[in-house]
Amino acid sequence: MEAKELIARRIARELPDGALVNLGIGLPTLVSQYLPPGLDISFQTENGLIGVEPLPEEGAEDEYLSDAGGRFIGAVPGAASFDSCFSFGLIRGGHLDVTVLGGLQVDERGQLANWMVPGRMIPGMGGAMDLATGARRVIVAMTHAARGEAKIVRRCTLPLTSLRRVDLVVTDMAVIQPTAHGLELRERAPGVSVEAIVAATEARLIVGAQVPEMALAG
Amino acid sequence: MHKMIALEAAAALIPDGASLLIGGFMGIGTPHRLVGELVRQGRRNLTIIANDTARPGLGIGRLIDAGAVARLVTSHIGTNPLTQQQVLAGAIALELCPQGTLAERIRAAGSGLGGVLTPTGLGTTVAQGKRTLEIDGTAWLLDLPLSADFALVAAHRADYRCNLDYAMTARNFNPVMAMAGRTVIAEAAEIVPVGVIPPDAVITPGALVDHLVRRDAGHGS
Repeated sequence: MEAKELIARRIARELPDGALVNLGIGLPTLVSQYLPPGLDISFQTENGLIGVEPLPEEGAEDEYLSDAGGRFIGAVPGAASFDSCFSFGLIRGGHLDVTVLGGLQVDERGQLANWMVPGRMIPGMGGAMDLATGARRVIVAMTHAARGEAKIVRRCTLPLTSLRRVDLVVTDMAVIQPTAHGLELRERAPGVSVEAIVAATEARLIVGAQVPEMALAG
Repeated sequence: MHKMIALEAAAALIPDGASLLIGGFMGIGTPHRLVGELVRQGRRNLTIIANDTARPGLGIGRLIDAGAVARLVTSHIGTNPLTQQQVLAGAIALELCPQGTLAERIRAAGSGLGGVLTPTGLGTTVAQGKRTLEIDGTAWLLDLPLSADFALVAAHRADYRCNLDYAMTARNFNPVMAMAGRTVIAEAAEIVPVGVIPPDAVITPGALVDHLVRRDAGHGS
């Protein structure tokens, strides 16, 4: 299974019935493809909609309806549209149950950096800072390492997205829960050993006696 | 009062060096005709306040293509490599602002408020140079209002009184910007008789709109 699919399938199990959820651009968007059947989950897109439906059939695109990445989407029956102030009121005001965000680095304090690499890449934060600060639960979806470089680090070297401690980090190797005491290793990907995870992680991990394999949705 | 105006005349109101709030999110809900006419008339040295600069050839990206922008306040430029190039080359002075804060700064300007107290960005690089206030034990970042000489907004429909409504995610920053431009120019896909947009469905009251142009049918991107 591809790394991205594995991460998306694991995170799909984190979304509770009835939740209002915002999925970041890129890898997090995949999560909606793997929802367990029977759940009623509403997806928000910060450019102004609750009730995102995945890409419409070719030719069915609505020129007035896109996701935050500018890709055409559909709207489910019962969707609601609103302006940017209202949309971020939802996000900052504690009305959003879960956000899933991509990541460049997460550190031992559970802080996330995901919006710029000084001197190399200046995409900007878009809605990420508001989402990381305001959502009730923040889940980070990212590969465990990039080009051999650890992304789970002692201390973020890239500019932070928020001081807030994220709630869960899901990678292609592990599920890690940041706590007041540090990063607790909760689960490992199928076939991946605790030793391999520790070796690919710069941060100190708190490892319990039992680290079960991830269960995946779909 | 008759507010309909020819496209050329609307763009001609805007001088070189003007500051513009421009609606739209990745080109969805951007006043494409007004943007295109500013490019055609060769406007220069503009300050643009907008969520993003879309892509080269699309929406606000056309102003970037034309080298018309000197200063940019935005939340995201990752989708437009030309914007990034011009920023790195020093041709555009860039201020990145979290998207929710950007919306609220514009709202504050249009609503007569002195600023926004937000938790977003506290302790990060976007807090540099800003005041942090502690109120009853909680820290907040103070972000200041953001207005402009003009607001260029894209509506779905306008009636003859310039009441506006919007479609789906094309609404985005448009209603809040219509409050914060000293002169407001709206571009509507359709112009309809008074009453077609019921009072309860008006999002931007016509009293806020100074000038109205019509967007050509099929001029979607």
